Amino acid sequence: MGKRLGLTGNEAVAYAVKQADVDVIAAYPITPQTVIVERLSEYVANGELDAAFVPVESEHSALSTVVGAAATGARVFTATCSQGLALMWEILYIASALRLPIVMSIAARALSAPINIHCDYSDVMGTRDAGWITLFAENVQEAYDNIVQAFRIAEDPEVLLPVMCVHDGFILSHCLEVVEVLEDEQVRNFLPRRDRPNVLDPSKPITLGPVGLPDSYMEFKRQQDEAMKVAYRKVKEVGKLFGELSGRYYDVVHAFGVEDADVVAVCMGSAAGTTRYVARKLREKGLKVGVLKIRMFRPFPKNEVRELLKGAKLVIAMDRATSLGGAGHPLQMELATTFYTWRQKPLIMSVVYGLGGRDLTPMDIERMFNIALEYAKKGEVPEEALWLGLRE
Amino acid sequence: MSCLGSWKEMPIATLIPEPGNSVKYKTGSWRAGFKPVIDHSKCVKCLMCWIYCPEPAIVRKEDDSVEINYDYCKGCGICAKVCPRGAIQMVPER
Repeated sequence: MGKRLGLTGNEAVAYAVKQADVDVIAAYPITPQTVIVERLSEYVANGELDAAFVPVESEHSALSTVVGAAATGARVFTATCSQGLALMWEILYIASALRLPIVMSIAARALSAPINIHCDYSDVMGTRDAGWITLFAENVQEAYDNIVQAFRIAEDPEVLLPVMCVHDGFILSHCLEVVEVLEDEQVRNFLPRRDRPNVLDPSKPITLGPVGLPDSYMEFKRQQDEAMKVAYRKVKEVGKLFGELSGRYYDVVHAFGVEDADVVAVCMGSAAGTTRYVARKLREKGLKVGVLKIRMFRPFPKNEVRELLKGAKLVIAMDRATSLGGAGHPLQMELATTFYTWRQKPLIMSVVYGLGGRDLTPMDIERMFNIALEYAKKGEVPEEALWLGLRE
Repeated sequence: MSCLGSWKEMPIATLIPEPGNSVKYKTGSWRAGFKPVIDHSKCVKCLMCWIYCPEPAIVRKEDDSVEINYDYCKGCGICAKVCPRGAIQMVPER
């Protein structure tokens, strides 16, 4: 067993980044992520981490700086959330298209307005199509473990894509948990330095980021799509390798009680723990409910979702973000597409919860499961989403 | 169509592995129906066209006379506009 430390989500992320021996960190403070880069700047200042720490003037510059540094072959890291992530938006697409293995931590936070510093996924969902591998942590241990795995995934020669590691703002970023950490040497061995073709080197000149007009743009996008398919497989492989190292095995989803469940709630992040707790209580009363946690949102784990939910009558899509005016909300749309393009089509009930940090209580979840069980019996779902915890 | 081949064969990451190959990218096909033509009897070798041309499409020779390289000329017409002697005309290509 490794060393056990009391760490908050942010501290756990910073600790993992230090162990990953990054070369360049560029970041701008934003609540609730700030502590990550504060810790990293301390590590650099006191000599624990030999890296360049670039205190930039905005998140747009933060991501631009790590794009530039990664293009020289450096191992890089940045962190942000909410408005900061929104400000990075145009550079997100450049990072992924230049196939730079950047690792970025997001302490998920709602977007303004009204200004709000608490957790939801409106910031992350805005990056949905940007070509980044996206992993969600359920607790502080996973926040640590995901960062270590992220560098391995991003730098895989067959992948070469940036990875976004999400942990819930405040709920995890500021929550102190006992975390089992690896030894520095174990992490270094797990993350060997690898050559890649997209490195600027004056002795072997290449051009990175030229124009790609109608005669080449589509081909580069198709390559990125292919890299995402490879990433799907690699995230699973790395999760297994990490398990052999740490004893904590990871897959792209985590299932609870789905084998015999009529109703399965699908969710991401810290909500998974509470939802499982309620599902366990309800199962003790004989109710056939289960929980499927999506750990990897991009690439979306279609295969596992289909396989694990094939017996469910009704699937609850728990969205901590909205797509205002859309045909559905983000996770709901992923699930709907996953099933519509397959032979089996369970009912999909849309639930919106936790916007701007609205608390998700076990009572809310129990109500949600009960409503869903009723609909499953009737064989129909409402057109509109159920807004959990909303004052009607 | 492009000489770049299938997406499976192209280098990843938008990168161009060979330096200095932009000369292979001939932009002359971008001309939209008009090309500049020089009347050398009017040209006084002031080189205004050579200075203003945004491409390397006006070629300056030893004696400061100029020629147009239609492989790269995009037909923007700036040379015709800046010529103080009206020695360059934009003429229909087809």
